Order: sequence, then structure tokens, then C-alpha cells
Amino acid sequence: MMTTLTALCTFAAVGILLLILAYISWRGVGSLSFRFLIDSPRPVGEGGGIGNAILGSLVLLALASALGLPIGIGVGVYLSEIGSGRLAAGVRFITDTLTGIPSIVTGVFVYAIVVLPMKHFSALSGGIALALVMIPIVARTTEEMLNLVPHSLREGALALGAPQWRVTLGVVLPAAASGIATGAMLAIARVSGETAPLLFTAFGSRFFSYYLDQPIASLTVLIYNYAISPYDEWHAQAWAATLVLVTLILGINIVVRILTRRRF
Amino acid sequence: MSVARTDESLVVAGKWASWRHTLSPTGNLGDAIFRLLMLLVALFVVALVIAMVFALSTDSMLAIRRFGFRFLTSTNWNPIKGEFGALPFIYGTVMSSLIALVISVPLSLGIAVFLVEQAPPFIARPIGFLVELLAAIPSVVYGLWGIFVLAPFLRVYVEPVLARLFGWTPLFTGPITGIGLFTGGIILAIMVTPIISAVVRDVLAAVPSTQREAALALGATKWETIRVVLVNGAPGIAGAVILGLGRALGETMAVTMLIGNRPEVSLSLFAPSYTIASAIANEFTEATGDLYLSALVELGLILFLVTFIVNGFARFLVWNVTRRTGGVGRAA
Amino acid sequence: MSVYRRSIQVAALITALALLFAFSACSPKTQNVALVGAGATFPNPIYQKWVSDYQKLHPDVKIDYQSIGSGGGIKQIKEQTVDFGASDAPMKDEDLKSAPAELLHIPTVLGAVVVTYNLSGVNQPLRFSPDVIADIFLGKIKKWNDPKIVADNPGVTLPAADITVVHRSESSGTSAVFTDYLSKVSPEWKEKVGSGVQPSWPVGLGGKGNEGVTGQVKSTPNTIAYVELAYAVNNKLPVGLIKNQAGAFIAPSLESVTAAAAESIATTPEDLRVSITNAAGKDAYPISSYTYILVYKQQKDPSKGKALVDFVWWGIHDGQAVTKDPTYPYAPLPQEIVKRAENKLNSVTSGGKPIHS
Repeated sequence: MMTTLTALCTFAAVGILLLILAYISWRGVGSLSFRFLIDSPRPVGEGGGIGNAILGSLVLLALASALGLPIGIGVGVYLSEIGSGRLAAGVRFITDTLTGIPSIVTGVFVYAIVVLPMKHFSALSGGIALALVMIPIVARTTEEMLNLVPHSLREGALALGAPQWRVTLGVVLPAAASGIATGAMLAIARVSGETAPLLFTAFGSRFFSYYLDQPIASLTVLIYNYAISPYDEWHAQAWAATLVLVTLILGINIVVRILTRRRF
Repeated sequence: MSVARTDESLVVAGKWASWRHTLSPTGNLGDAIFRLLMLLVALFVVALVIAMVFALSTDSMLAIRRFGFRFLTSTNWNPIKGEFGALPFIYGTVMSSLIALVISVPLSLGIAVFLVEQAPPFIARPIGFLVELLAAIPSVVYGLWGIFVLAPFLRVYVEPVLARLFGWTPLFTGPITGIGLFTGGIILAIMVTPIISAVVRDVLAAVPSTQREAALALGATKWETIRVVLVNGAPGIAGAVILGLGRALGETMAVTMLIGNRPEVSLSLFAPSYTIASAIANEFTEATGDLYLSALVELGLILFLVTFIVNGFARFLVWNVTRRTGGVGRAA
Repeated sequence: MSVYRRSIQVAALITALALLFAFSACSPKTQNVALVGAGATFPNPIYQKWVSDYQKLHPDVKIDYQSIGSGGGIKQIKEQTVDFGASDAPMKDEDLKSAPAELLHIPTVLGAVVVTYNLSGVNQPLRFSPDVIADIFLGKIKKWNDPKIVADNPGVTLPAADITVVHRSESSGTSAVFTDYLSKVSPEWKEKVGSGVQPSWPVGLGGKGNEGVTGQVKSTPNTIAYVELAYAVNNKLPVGLIKNQAGAFIAPSLESVTAAAAESIATTPEDLRVSITNAAGKDAYPISSYTYILVYKQQKDPSKGKALVDFVWWGIHDGQAVTKDPTYPYAPLPQEIVKRAENKLNSVTSGGKPIHS
């Protein structure tokens, strides 16, 4: 009886997931074509595609990774290998705080410190906003992964007379590399679905663009704009764009899962 | 260095050495640079968060000065007249999150108990992964699905039934549109379930197996044993729930697309409502006038502070339970 | 170890690429000009068409127009985050004063704000008196079969369903035009709600942009809303007839909107900021409006300034022909207004020199 109830809860959740995925596939596949993937948007009724949004999302992710990964990993190294006492506790606390900040608030912050001074919505500001979302996730996974590296490894290297920086970069980080890499991939998957912080940073564009100081399109903002629009044609495109995005995100999640076979 | 020397270069070298030693116990130069660099990166992140609080506070000063505490208690949001009250947004944010928790908490407990206590590992692993995947779906995709699947479904099949059964309470009255607090709460419930259930699973797994064995040894049934485990993990479970609350409070896109975007305090769950995050998403790029913008930033500040407190409290609770066994809280 | 090396290499590569981007890819260096505009959703369909047509004629000019709402257009041009703004409601005096430099209003086309609804079983267009519209949006008329609606529509069977009002959630020129009209025809509306880009709506759901409102109406039964005509037409939604000052029920059309504009041409002020709602003519559609592009009189960047002026110039001349296409149910500017808009464009300068001559 009890088991039936709990099993029901579980299968309700799984059922909803499958329902959503099935619906996305069903609605999305119809409008998906090679042309759709490389074309840019056109006025309603003239077709068009999401090529510029895919490129835009990739540029934003590259920017966010270039900024977010080094900083996030650096903080993780600091927390695990260097910091101690109150200062480290403070940094850890602040990093956790950053995790909990709603991404829309991050967007407001980046608008105030990047968009207004630059006088332009820009890919750069979008990348910074996404990096801010990424940093705490990467920092905490890095710290956890480094903590899993056995102490004997560090002690052995130090005993051989290696300075700490060489031990950290040459022994400890490599030992945790695959864990950190999967953490980084999950962080990328997570921010690739972010919409709210891009609304008033990267803004949106109807053209192909890779200029960092210009507004840039992204899949998520495109999906949002098309979803709330009244046009059937745009709805169909929103579903197809969603199929692309969700395939990417779930793909990363599943690959990471297979690679790590994380216990739980 | 105990002997006083006048040679200037040695004094400089001495300062260097002490600088190196404060940074690195071995005094190795490479270590000092490395440690300094990592420290700077860490402090940079700290500075960012401080800058965030600072920017939000200074930019909302205008509204704070003008309205004071009235901002939190006034229901009047009227940009034309320059009147701004946050209560409708606070109400919408809290109510939609509460609806989400009411649905999600029992569901998540069920999932966690099933996966940790009942299902064999070859079922628990893949199924657990599928539940976690729910958290990977982007908010805007939930919104899209909500507009075209969930809202029409609720409008046609669920809300009329609720109105017929519970129409005598003020909770289920008014026009049935499929868009409103109720739909917003349900989509949030789906979104926080994987988060709450994941943390509860960690918490349950951290309850020592000796507890279960002791209960079983005393002749407890399977269900009574689970109750013992649940009671033992209660603070951690509370933490998981509050963590889910923190996430629900700040959710933006899906809610914006489904809640109706109307600043009004209405008892009916069918009525349109508005959350803090949605208000910022909708109005921030279009707010003309400094006071209006300042009021929106103040909303952001409120959201920041509330999620900050809620998350801090949740982490404290979860950490208290999981540290006993050294388990790592996978706090999302 | 090798995984680690490779990931370091990949990271280095990504960073290098990003830096390369940062140094090489800032601002287009070629002859191409990129303009960013944002604002009104009301003219968005025709603006997108203009942009797409203009690009074919001038491949070197790239114009990106984002429909975020008129309030957004006014705000972003004031913040100078865009090259041009767009709004249906003329800017208020205090907004103009707080802008960093002198802004010009260039009217581009005329349009109609229409009352649209989602009501199954009703096939002919409904008729609305001004006070009925006001009462519906005030929340005083709650049912579709209210005697007041029935009185306007003899012979039509209306359902006993609850009315769900849909309005804009963000600051909008369409809202400003609609509430400007309601304030003129209903003293109660004027007193309780007033007019502006973002009034405090007494009832209803909020949708974002003309797109969002139309989407909401289309997907939700028994709704009523106000949107720009193009959105109703292109989504095959019904359009209500509105009783004008002369007492006739008028459908929005190129002719009835042109008629509404005709009577105020002579009285249009120098800066072209004018409201043409509730026009007196017997053929005039009462909720009509100009829509404007907002540009700075002094352009900082001469090449951008030239591209912008050329584009708008094209819009108010060749671009007007688009209104012949029924997909874009806007009305062309009256000739007199085109002349005056030309003068405005001719007054735009960069570095002290006129851009267009």
C-alpha cells in the first residue's frame, strides 16, 4: 500500500517528464529542417529560421565559459587547497549565496554595471550575466571534487620537495580533472537554458551577429518571444527551437551521467 | 633576519620573504604567487556579491526614500500616478510558491522514500536520474509547455471541477481562464520537485542504517521504520523544502508566461497574479521614469534579501543533518 | 593525465578565441552600418517588413528592430542604448525634458487600436458604444450577455459567460492610445484610471506586447482585449465596430483611420505630437493613432546618423506602399504630414552639419 503510493509519486514525476519530452518532440520535429537551422528570422508569414539564435547562444556560452570557468575553478581551488578559517568560510558562504540569487536579479545587476555604462545591450553583458550564474556552480563542484582527492597524494608530492603550486596544478587538479570537467559541462548545460538574465543584457537580435558590443540573439529569448506571440508559424518555430535546445541540454546531462556513473 | 643589517637590498629581501611567508608557509615564491592569485579570484567573487548588494541598494534608494515601509504594505502599483506598492507582487510570489510546495512536498517525499528505502538499486538509479532530468529542462520551456498544454488542460478539465466542488470557498471563484495563480503554482511545483526530492534523498541516505536496523530489531514494520527514518531526517527535510521554496520564489520565465501578470491581491487562486521576478522581467526594460525604475530595482533587492535568508537557513538545516555522516548535500 | 592536458588545452583555446573575439570583433569595422531600434509593438509587423525590404535595397545597412513596447522605446532611447526608439504615444513633456538631448518625433504610419475578442458562436462583428467599452474595462460589465452589450447588438445571441479582460503588462503606446480614448469618452474612466502608457488596470490578465495580448486572446475563450488592427487581422480574430462621436458604428480600416487623421492635420503642432482619438468626422474610426520613430536631432556617429535618416526617409515615402498589402492594415501618412516629417528629418545634424539634403 505504502509502496504503491510512493511509487505512484515517482511515476507521476517521471510521467510528466516523458509527457513534456514527447510533446516537444512531436511539435518540434514538424518544423525542423536544415534550412530552419541556418536561416535567420523573417517577417511573419515568410518562414525564416533560428540560425542566428543558435550562433548567438554558442557565442554567449563561449563567453560565459571563458569568464566563468577559470574564476569558478579558481574559487574551488582556493576553497579546497588554500583557504582556511573564517576567510574561507566567508568565501564559501558568499559563493553559496550567489547560487541562490535568482538569475533575474543577476540580470538587473549586469544591466546596471555593464549595459548602462557601455550604453549598449551587448553579447558581452549577456556573457557576463551567464558567467555569474555559472561561477558558484563550478566553484562548488570543483571544491567537492578536489576534496575527494586523497590527502596521501598531496603529501607524497610535497614530501618529494615539490612546491604547493606544482602539486596543485600537476597532481591534485589532474586527479580531479574528469570530475571538474563534468561539473563544468553541467554548468554549461544549466546556463544554456537561462532566459531571464538575457532579457536586458544580450537583449535579442534578428540577424546573425558575433560582435561582442552588439545585441545578440539566443535560443531561449527567441523561444520566449515566439511562445507568447499569437502566430501559429512562430509557435511551430518555438517548438522546433525548444527541441534543439532541450536535445542539447539533456544530451549533455546524459553524456555526463554515462561518463561518471555517479553514485547516489 | 634577527641581526640588524644596513644593507638596503637585504631589508627589501626581508620584506619580500615575510610577504611570501604570510601567503605561503614554505616561503616558496611560486607558492606565494599561486596562493595570492587564487585568493584574489576568491575575493573577486566576494567583491561581486558585495557590489551587487551595493548596486541594488543605491539604485533603489529613490523609491526607498519616497515610500519607506509603505512600499511593502501598499497594494497600489500605478506608474501613471507615480505610486508604487509591492504587496501584490510579494503576495503573488509567496502564494505561487506556497501552492508549489503544497503539491510538491508530499510528491517529493514519496519519490525520495521510494528511491532510497523501497526500490531496488537497478530501478532506483535510472528512475532517480529521470526525476533529476526534470530540473534540467529550462524554465522558458516549462513556460512554452504551460501555455500550450498545461493551461488549456487545467481550464477545460481541472478548474471547472474545482469550481464546482469548492466554489463555495473564496479560493476557487471567478472566471476560469487557465491562466493565473493556480497554473503558476502548478508549473512551479513541477519545477521544484526534482530539487526537493534530490535533497531529501541525500538526507534520507545520510540517516545511519543503524537507525533502521534498530527499528526493525524492535519489531517495527517496514512503514514504521520509514517513519523513524523520516523523523530522524526531519530537520534536513525541512531544509530541502525551504531550499525548494528559495528556488520557487526566484523562478521567472515559466511563471511570467502563466500567472497572468496583474498586480492584484485576490483570494481566488483562479485570479491572475504577479510575482516579483515576473514584474522585473516584464517591466524593467520599459520602465520610464527614475522612480518607476527605482521601484523595480527595490523589488529586485527584496527578492535578493528574501532568497538570501531562505537559502541560508535551508543550507544550515541540510548541512546539520548530512554532516553527521559526512554525506555531501547536493544542494542545487 | 591526458584528459587533464586536453581539458587545459581546450580551456586555453576557448579563452584565446574569446580574447580574439574581444579584440577583433568589437563593432563592425567594415563599411556596413548596424542600427539598433526598439520600442512600440503596434507598428512592429510593418517595421519588420520595412527592415526586410530595405535590406534588399541596401545590403550594407543592417537594421535590428525589437518590439519591446513603446515605454521601452522611450526609455531605451533616453538611456541611449539604442539608435532609435519607437512609440505610438507621443513622449510626455517631462520625458522630453529629462532626455539627454533634443529628440524628434517622426510619424511613420497611422494605425487603429481595435477591440478584439474570443467568443465562440458569435459570427458577425460585435458593436460597442464607448461607455460599454469603458464599463467592460472598468470591470462593471462582467458577463457577455449584459443588457448593455445586448442593447448595442440587437439580434445577436450572446453567451452568459464571464468576460475576461486582457491588457498589456508592460508600458505600451497601444495602452496609451486606448486609455487616451477612454478618458475622452468616459469621465469615470478619466477619474478612476486616467490615460498613459501603463495605467493601473481595474481588471484583467496582463500580456506582454501586442503579440502577448493577441496570443492570450487567441488561446483563452471569452476574452476581450485591445490590440493594433494588424494583430487581429493576421490572427483571424474578430474586430469590433466602435460608435464614434457622430453616432455611427465604424469598423477600423485604411479609410476610417485616414478620415480620423484628416481633421487634425491643420491643427497638428510643430513637433508633430498629436492625439487623433475620438475624432468628430462621421466616417472616422475613433481609436486611431499615429506611430512615431524617435531620433536624436544631433547624431553622434555621422554614418549611423545618415543610415538612420535615409531609412526613415525611405519609410515615410516608398515604405508607405506597404499599406496596400492587406497583411499590413495600416494607413499611409497624409501628404501634409509627410512634408512636415521631411522637414524634421532635414533638421537632423551630425557634427553641426545637416545629414540629409
